[in-house]
Amino acid sequence: MEILFYLLAIVAIASALGVVLSKNPVYSVLSLICTFFAIAAQYILLNAQFLAAVHIIVYAGAIMVLFLFVIMLLNLNILVETQRFTTARLTAAFTGGLLCLVLIAALRSAGDIKAANPANAKIGLIENLGMTLFNQYLLPFEVSSLLFLAAMVGAVVLAKKEIA
Amino acid sequence: MVYCSPWLTEQSFFKEDFTPAHADKFLFNLAPGIAMFVALITGAAIPWGGTLHLFGTDYALQIADLNIGILYISGVVSIGVYGIMLGGWASNNKFALLGAIRASSQMISYEIGMGIAIIAIVMMSGSLSLDEIVRQQAGFHWNIFYQPIGFLIFITCAFAECNRTPFDLPECEQELVGGYHTEYSSMKLGFFMFSEYVNMFISSALMASLYFGGYNMPFIDQLGLPQNVLTLLGTAFLFAKIFFFIFFFMWIRWTIPRFRYDQLMHLGWKVLMPLAIVNMLLTGGAILLKNGL
Amino acid sequence: MLLTNRSKVVSKKEMTLSEKLYLPAIATGLGITLKHFFQKKATFSYPEVQREFAPVFRGRHVLKRDDQGAERCTACGLCAVACPAEAITMIAAERKRGEEHLYREEKYAEKYEINMLRCIFCGLCEEACPKEAIFLTDRITTAEYHRDTFIYGKDKLVEPIDQRVDVSLRGKPSGRD
Repeated sequence: MEILFYLLAIVAIASALGVVLSKNPVYSVLSLICTFFAIAAQYILLNAQFLAAVHIIVYAGAIMVLFLFVIMLLNLNILVETQRFTTARLTAAFTGGLLCLVLIAALRSAGDIKAANPANAKIGLIENLGMTLFNQYLLPFEVSSLLFLAAMVGAVVLAKKEIA
Repeated sequence: MVYCSPWLTEQSFFKEDFTPAHADKFLFNLAPGIAMFVALITGAAIPWGGTLHLFGTDYALQIADLNIGILYISGVVSIGVYGIMLGGWASNNKFALLGAIRASSQMISYEIGMGIAIIAIVMMSGSLSLDEIVRQQAGFHWNIFYQPIGFLIFITCAFAECNRTPFDLPECEQELVGGYHTEYSSMKLGFFMFSEYVNMFISSALMASLYFGGYNMPFIDQLGLPQNVLTLLGTAFLFAKIFFFIFFFMWIRWTIPRFRYDQLMHLGWKVLMPLAIVNMLLTGGAILLKNGL
Repeated sequence: MLLTNRSKVVSKKEMTLSEKLYLPAIATGLGITLKHFFQKKATFSYPEVQREFAPVFRGRHVLKRDDQGAERCTACGLCAVACPAEAITMIAAERKRGEEHLYREEKYAEKYEINMLRCIFCGLCEEACPKEAIFLTDRITTAEYHRDTFIYGKDKLVEPIDQRVDVSLRGKPSGRD
């Protein structure tokens, strides 16, 4: 199990690097999909099957297909790509550094993270997950669904032709 | 593929394997493999029969009785579009690219209706495991009697997901030569064709399992047959149902001409999805009423 | 103005709900498809099964010989005159002594050519012939690779002595003997 974890971690990190480093955007997207699969496999190792399946369906199956779709339609390739401004690059590096700082701070203040026993953790199975989600976390769940509804309505409004 | 029969597919194995000069070689070779692989692994979660009792051991005729069987299948189906998309893009051909784009937008659109139609079934049976859903239909309590609208939505979406007529726009030969597999030949083309046929087989098996009782047959329990014979008969019966659906796939293809692309999108988003949501709400209401609120 | 009583008036009325569902229409269509399974097939699987020609079929020409094996054609040229496509050309020659078994009359066609690319297989040559020498048969003019090979000479047109071409059915439906 431990070997599998490290193997998947290496695959995830390597393909995440591939997202950033590959010249061709299509290969970037494919590396990202690879990363998602590695993470989904980690979920399965933690006995969180539902999360793994939904992760694949939503991210690899829908969002990444749309990404790939857009990249194919725009037909981005190296020749067309213009050189970005140095200021934009500096800003990007600065923002990324800030995010990294926040993450490190959060991890440090979290204290000791208790390792969950994957064999006993039944929380990832659908019945338990549903019970927890609809009892303990009902309000956040409903609020987030409202957020999605608002996003959907917004998308429809944006897509609609303006009535003169 | 329009004029494809298994015989023709076999013929294609002996043809020259050609790769276009400006194709992305790696993805061009990878894409048919993805299509075939994804089509084949769906079969793991489908219960092909009951349990066989041989030499003191029970053998379940299902490769993996997954706790999340239905989610697994919809996840794999949603991955299936990558083979077509990458194949179309890597060919570096306008027709292939158009076919790939059509395929991806069509499959994303119809996955939604299909998923919501399945949710109604899941609500009724209270389980995501396919084996459990099939077992609950024992006797003559087939889901088709409780979910006729859901079945109609499911079968329409299954046609669209398999790129079969009347939804075969990704490869419509009048406009796009061969669609996403225009540049493919030989075994790679064979892989694309085979994956389409395997998808057809798997979706027939899903329709039989979700709506037509899977390996169950009515009134067989009253014959008093031994367990093993019952199991084998059940598997035979499941395959009879599958063959009927495959015949139905072909029957529709002999009858109905292809949709126009805007009609396809209209059907998927403005007809099937609202209908599926209404069906889901009605199912929920019926379950509430049955349980006495 | 109505030319026939088969014409239909096109109406663009709103479809009813059952028509909008398309399901009855699909079921009808499937029924029609199924019905055709049990009907006689309109096609033949060609190389194995061959469709019979109609008795009036007009195919590749033949220049007949008489019962003794002599050519009937006297190169009168009536067929060439009758031909609307001007496909027939011929050169006449006089029969020499000792050639009586080859040619029935004193004059014969030394050269007789039909251009199969021009020929429209109308059968007027056959009707024009006073000597019952040329007939259209139920054989097929084969496809070729070169234009020259479509010009059939006497080697292809005259029937071989040992392989007589049966033309007994020719002309029967139109009332000639």
